[in-house]
Amino acid sequence: MTTVGVDAPGAEKAWDNEGRYVPPPASIKPRKKGFVPPWRNPWRRPYVLATITWGYILWSLVPVLIAVQFSFNDSRSRSSWNGFTTAWYCCGTEEGSIAEGTSVFGAGANDTLLNALQNSLTLGVITTLIAVPIGTALALGLTRWRSRTSNAANAVSLFPLVTPELVLGSALYLVITTLYTQIGLGRNALILGHVTFSISFILVIVRGRLVSIGNEFETAAQDLGATRMQAIRTVLLPMLVPAIFASAMITFAASLDDFVVSNFLFGDASQITVPVLLYSAVKAAPSPALNALATLLLVGTMTALLLTYVVLRLRRRGESGSALDDLAGVEM
Amino acid sequence: MAVAEATKGGQKDAATRFLWPALAIPGTAWLLALFVLPFYGIMAVAFSSQLDILGQPIPAWNPLEWDFAVMRGVIDQSINGSYRSAWEHTFIYAAIAMALCVLIGYPVAYYVARLARGNRGLLLALILAPWWINYLTRMLSWVGILGDEGYANDIIGFFGFAKVDWLGGQWYVVVIALVYGYLPFFIVPLYAYLDRIDQHLIEASRDLGANTFRTFFRVTLPQSRIGLITAMVITALPMFGDYYTNTLVSNSPTTVMIGNSIEGTIQSGFSRGQGASLVLLLSAVLLFFMAYYLILTLRASREAR
Repeated sequence: MTTVGVDAPGAEKAWDNEGRYVPPPASIKPRKKGFVPPWRNPWRRPYVLATITWGYILWSLVPVLIAVQFSFNDSRSRSSWNGFTTAWYCCGTEEGSIAEGTSVFGAGANDTLLNALQNSLTLGVITTLIAVPIGTALALGLTRWRSRTSNAANAVSLFPLVTPELVLGSALYLVITTLYTQIGLGRNALILGHVTFSISFILVIVRGRLVSIGNEFETAAQDLGATRMQAIRTVLLPMLVPAIFASAMITFAASLDDFVVSNFLFGDASQITVPVLLYSAVKAAPSPALNALATLLLVGTMTALLLTYVVLRLRRRGESGSALDDLAGVEM
Repeated sequence: MAVAEATKGGQKDAATRFLWPALAIPGTAWLLALFVLPFYGIMAVAFSSQLDILGQPIPAWNPLEWDFAVMRGVIDQSINGSYRSAWEHTFIYAAIAMALCVLIGYPVAYYVARLARGNRGLLLALILAPWWINYLTRMLSWVGILGDEGYANDIIGFFGFAKVDWLGGQWYVVVIALVYGYLPFFIVPLYAYLDRIDQHLIEASRDLGANTFRTFFRVTLPQSRIGLITAMVITALPMFGDYYTNTLVSNSPTTVMIGNSIEGTIQSGFSRGQGASLVLLLSAVLLFFMAYYLILTLRASREAR
């Protein structure tokens, strides 16, 4: 073992005459060992794993970028590139144009695409408005209410998390077409279905925050004279706001993205959502307008998540860990 | 102080005994009406013996009227008949896809959770991104790339190979599409578990003379076992129920999976009973996975309560 010390040959003295520390010159490298083969060195750079990781990331994201690229394709093909146009998004619907009748925002005879986009956004907003209060109340209730009934309610409310969407979708389809016939397939059925799968993960997200808050703050508020309801309203709810906001954004994104349940429940073409339209149009006659629609959906989802990230990050200020870890920890 | 505490406690009980149950009731009622009851509805349709004038099964809501003829027929068809190949494809494709998920997903999750230094945040964002990009959009991208004139054929044409009909019912395309589709759902939960392993244990193992591989197999892997199983369950549940991936990248009877059979039968009036029976069979197959995941989630929620 060679180490750098005061008496190392060739090294300058570590302290000067006034007793101040003098660092050794850069030419002296500390801890110079013999050759260590990479597989024996636990501290080597993990090149193999880094390569696999970056390879995976490229594989997972590049196809999507290519799909976005083809939403600007100046041709009806979705696979061979012919130059740049925005006709598939807007205003390319006049006769003779490449995107005749099918651009997303074009005022043409065929406005299925815009209709689907409006349906998806409306559905996402309504689902969020219904599911978040129900899910938050459920989280509050189940966290603080302890009894045998609450244990059963807890199990029931976690079950949708572990049920395959195909099972949930077909179950809702059967029950709406046979028992709840007055609801009927269409927008109402879609709302019911989306709220059903959203409640459980709102419960998990809000409960996680409730537990980390603990009940000391409420107790303190009550010791200072607040009633139970006042303590909840003025102390607990404001502290829950970031979690409620995060679950609202995630509900919105999940509703926008849902395909399986929507595909069972949408009913007729006027109530179709973007993912269902993408699915049925790929089977029929795909054009780059579909890529444009998919790109807009992507922008919607990513905006919701970016907002969530920013809010979580603001909340995280001064705490350890990162907001991304919070997002990764969200159980679905 | 103690007296004040006691009175307050008394008041609290009197005034708000029903507050928590009242808060929990709407959600619980919603899930009873739109989750538990519909699941019972599947049974009522599958075990129904009466048809209405359109030939659709009338759900038998009373368990005493249940009739298992359709179910028995579907089980026969699943063992030696028209549903057999669908079940076989489902199990084989899901098993291969799962193995590939572990082989690719574990190293990625491990690297991001434990080894990445400066660009960890960026890497995490990049592995989270495909989780939130719409599944259909991601599949649609591949349909474009794998099309006759797409980039995939351009690339192999550049090296002098003949064009391949990727989307014409190739089983390996379906498997790779499944891996592509579900890998993000595998990596993210596994990442969360690997991230929690105590670094000191790994350092201790190395200080005590274990090399990299020994440390991995004796320390890291056992510590991440639950994370690995959870990630596999989370991926397996939707993979078994998948039908859209198959339809998009193959749409051929040679690669049909059980999800395709269910989707095809349950929405058509006549075979609705068969579809419902298939859903029940699929749920029975997945019950083990679901129970495992549910117990794990319940345990976590009990710790939380």
